[in-house]
Amino acid sequence: MQEKQSSREMLNYYLNKSYSDAIEGKKRGELVCWASSIAPCEFCETMGIHVLYPENHAAGIAARHGAEKMIQYAEGKGYSLDICSYARINLAYMDLQSCVAENIPLPDFVLVCNNICEVLIKWYENIAHELNIPFILIDTPYNYEDEVSERSIDYIVAQFEHAIEMMEEITGKKFDYERYDEVMKMALDSSYWWLKSMELAAAKPSPLKGFDIFNYMALIVCMRGKSGCRDTFKKLAEELQERIDNGIAAFKEGEKFRIMWDGIACWPYLSHNFKTLKAFGMNMTGSTYPTAWALNYKKGDLRTMAKAYTSIANNLSLNAQIDLRVGTVDTYHCEGVTYHMNRSCKTMDFLQHEMQQKVAERTGAPFISFDGDQSDPRNFSKAQFETRIQGLAEMMEQKQAQEEK
Amino acid sequence: MNTIENIILQCKEATANPKKAIDDFYKETGKKSVGCFPLYCPEEIVHAAGMLPVGIWGGQVDLNMVRSILPAFACSIMQSVMEFQLQSVYDSLVAVIIPSPCDTLKAIGQKWSRENVPCIQFVPPHNRQLKAARVFLKEEYKAIRDKLEAIIGEAISDEAIQESIKVYNEHRQVMRKFANVAAKYPDIIDPVSRHEVMKSAFFMRKEKHTALVKALISELNTKEVKPWGGLKTVVSGIMLEPTSVIEVFKEFNIAITADDLAQESRQYRVDIPEGDDVFDAMAGMWQEMYGCSLAFETDKSRVKMLREMKEKYEADAVIICMMKFCDPEEFDYPIIKKEMEYHDIPLLQIEIDQQVQYVEQIRTRIQSFTEILQESK
Repeated sequence: MQEKQSSREMLNYYLNKSYSDAIEGKKRGELVCWASSIAPCEFCETMGIHVLYPENHAAGIAARHGAEKMIQYAEGKGYSLDICSYARINLAYMDLQSCVAENIPLPDFVLVCNNICEVLIKWYENIAHELNIPFILIDTPYNYEDEVSERSIDYIVAQFEHAIEMMEEITGKKFDYERYDEVMKMALDSSYWWLKSMELAAAKPSPLKGFDIFNYMALIVCMRGKSGCRDTFKKLAEELQERIDNGIAAFKEGEKFRIMWDGIACWPYLSHNFKTLKAFGMNMTGSTYPTAWALNYKKGDLRTMAKAYTSIANNLSLNAQIDLRVGTVDTYHCEGVTYHMNRSCKTMDFLQHEMQQKVAERTGAPFISFDGDQSDPRNFSKAQFETRIQGLAEMMEQKQAQEEK
Repeated sequence: MNTIENIILQCKEATANPKKAIDDFYKETGKKSVGCFPLYCPEEIVHAAGMLPVGIWGGQVDLNMVRSILPAFACSIMQSVMEFQLQSVYDSLVAVIIPSPCDTLKAIGQKWSRENVPCIQFVPPHNRQLKAARVFLKEEYKAIRDKLEAIIGEAISDEAIQESIKVYNEHRQVMRKFANVAAKYPDIIDPVSRHEVMKSAFFMRKEKHTALVKALISELNTKEVKPWGGLKTVVSGIMLEPTSVIEVFKEFNIAITADDLAQESRQYRVDIPEGDDVFDAMAGMWQEMYGCSLAFETDKSRVKMLREMKEKYEADAVIICMMKFCDPEEFDYPIIKKEMEYHDIPLLQIEIDQQVQYVEQIRTRIQSFTEILQESK
C-alpha cells in the first residue's frame, strides 16, 4: 500500500485483497469459512482461517445487477420467493459457483451469529447440510427485555469457548492466545475508527455523502480483524476531519435536508436511490450502520465480548431499538426518516410501525416508508420511491418553514 | 350415537368455541386461563398453577386492524392472532406466553399491546446440544414461573410442576398412541375428526383430554380394521387448517396416517425426561427434540424422519403443508424436495393460509395429485 492513497483507494485495495487472499489460500489447501456479517471474526482470524461473507457477496452480486438470474435458480430448487434474497442468491451460488462478482471458494465450515436475524440459522443449516461441513453457531438469544440478561451472557460465553474448541478440531491447531490478543486489539481498533469516521458525518454540513457508507461498510464486514481495515477507517476519519476543518461539504451545492435511512440499502437500485435523494438535496447522514459494527468490549474478557455481540440493533428490545433511532436522529441532526420496508428482512420490518410512531413522536422528524428489497430487483418500484421521497421533502420543507417563523 | 361420535363431537365443540372453554373453566374452578403461543410453550408451569393453558394458534378472521401494524408478509397465524388481539378477543386471559424461536415471534412478543393481558416472552436456545443451552433455558423457564407468580399473586411450587409434567407426559404418550391407532382406522377417523381430536387438546386441561382420547382409543380398538381403498399420506408443516382444506382430503379419500405438524403430533414427539429439577427436565426436552424446522440441526433429521414415516405408515405420499411466510419451514422445503425426489417418494406442497376463502386451487392440486397416484397404484 502506498501511504498517500485515499481511503477510497485503500477500501478497494483491501476489499479485493480479502477476496483474493481467500481464493488463493483455498488453492493452497487453506481453510475457508463462510460467516454471517456480525459474527465474531476474532476466532477465525486468530486461527489464520480465511473468512468470506455471503451477505456482502450477495450484495455485490445485486449491485452488479446479477441477482435476478441467481434468485430464479434458487426458486427453481424450491426456495420460496418470500425468503431473504441474500440467502437465495448465496444458495444459488453454492451450486453454480459462478456470478457477476468474484467467484468465491466454497467453505470448509460455516460460522453464524444470529444477532441480526434467525434466518441465518436456517440458511447456513442448509449450506452445512448440503456441503456436509461443520456449523459453528454463536446463538445470541433475543434480548426481549431492555437489558441483556446474565444467563444470556453465560450461554454466549460457553459458546465462544465451544467455538474455539471446534476450530481447534477443524484446523488441528491449538488456539494461539497471544495472537488472539493482537487480533482483538485490531478488531477493537477497527471498530473504533469505523465509528469515529461515521460520527464525523454528524458535522453540519456533513463531510460525507451518506451513501458512501454503503461502500465503506463492506470493509468493516469483511476485514474487521485486520490492520487494513483499521488503517482505512483511520484514513477516512482524517480525510473527513480535514474537510470539516476546511469547511468542505460533501454536497457542493448544499445540503438542503439531512435524513436517516432505516434498513439495508436497495443494492440493485443504489444509484437510482442516491440520485433521487440528491435531486431533493437530501443527504443520508444517519443510519443504523455506524453502531452495527461499533463492537466494544474489554480485551480478553469474553463476558463483555458476549454482551457486545448480543447487543446488535436487531437483537434489542423494541424500546432499545427506538432509543437507538432517536439517538441517531439527534446525533446526526436528521430532519426526516425514510424506512425501507425490506421484503427480505422480517426482523427489520415487523417492528417498523411501532418505531415509526415513537421515533416521530420523540424527535418530531417526519417519516416515509417505501417498499423494496435488499437484492431482489423485482420487489422495488422506482416511481413509488420517488413519490415517497418527494413527500418526505415536502414535509421537511414545511417543518423548516414553520421553524423559521 | 356411539361413543366414538360422541367423543369427536366433544372435541369439535371445544375447538369451535375456545371462549366458552375459558368461561366454563373459570365458572368451574375460579381459575383463569393463560394464552400459550406456538411452539413448545412450557404449559406445565401454567397447569401447575391450576389454570387452563389455551393454545393461541390464530383462526379465520377478516384481517382489518392488523393491516396497519403488521406487514402482509407475516405468517397467517400471527396475522390472525394480532387481529384477534386488537379486537380484544384475548382479554379474558390472565397473561400470554410467547416463545420466540423465529424473527416473527420475536417481534410479536414486542408488539403485544394488551395492557391487562401481560406478555411473558422467552427464547428457546438454538445451540441445543450444549449444556449451557440447557442451563439457559432452565433459567428462562424459571423466569416464566416467577413472572406468572407475580401476575396471579400465587406461588407455583416445584412439586406442582412435577405433577403437571407427569400429566403432560402421559398426554404426550396417549396422543402418540392415538395417532398410531387412528392410522389403522381411516374409515372411522377421517382427517377432519383427527384434526379435531388433536386440536381440542389446546382447550381442555390435559388430564381431561387424556381421559377422552384414551376412551376413544379403547373404542377404536374394538373395531374391525378394514382395508382402505383411498390414499394414505404423511402430512408435515406447521398446521393443516382451515377445516375447508382438510375437507378436501376427506373428499378425495386421502387418509392422514401420520403427521409431522407443529400444531399436532410434533409437539408430542418427545417426553420431558425424568429429573428432580423440574426446570432442568423441561429444558432437557428441547435438547432431545428433533425433526422440527424450529429446532436447529445440521443433519436436518426431519428429512430422513419423513422418509421413515412414509415407510412405517405405508403411506403413498408426503404432503408439505407450507405455512405461508414461515421462513423456517420454507428453508426446509428444498432439502425435503430433493430427498423425496431422490427416493422417488411422491411429494405435494400445498400453501396454508388461515384466511383462505376459497380452496379451489388446493382442490385442483390435490385432485390431480390423487389421480396421478391412483393411476400408478
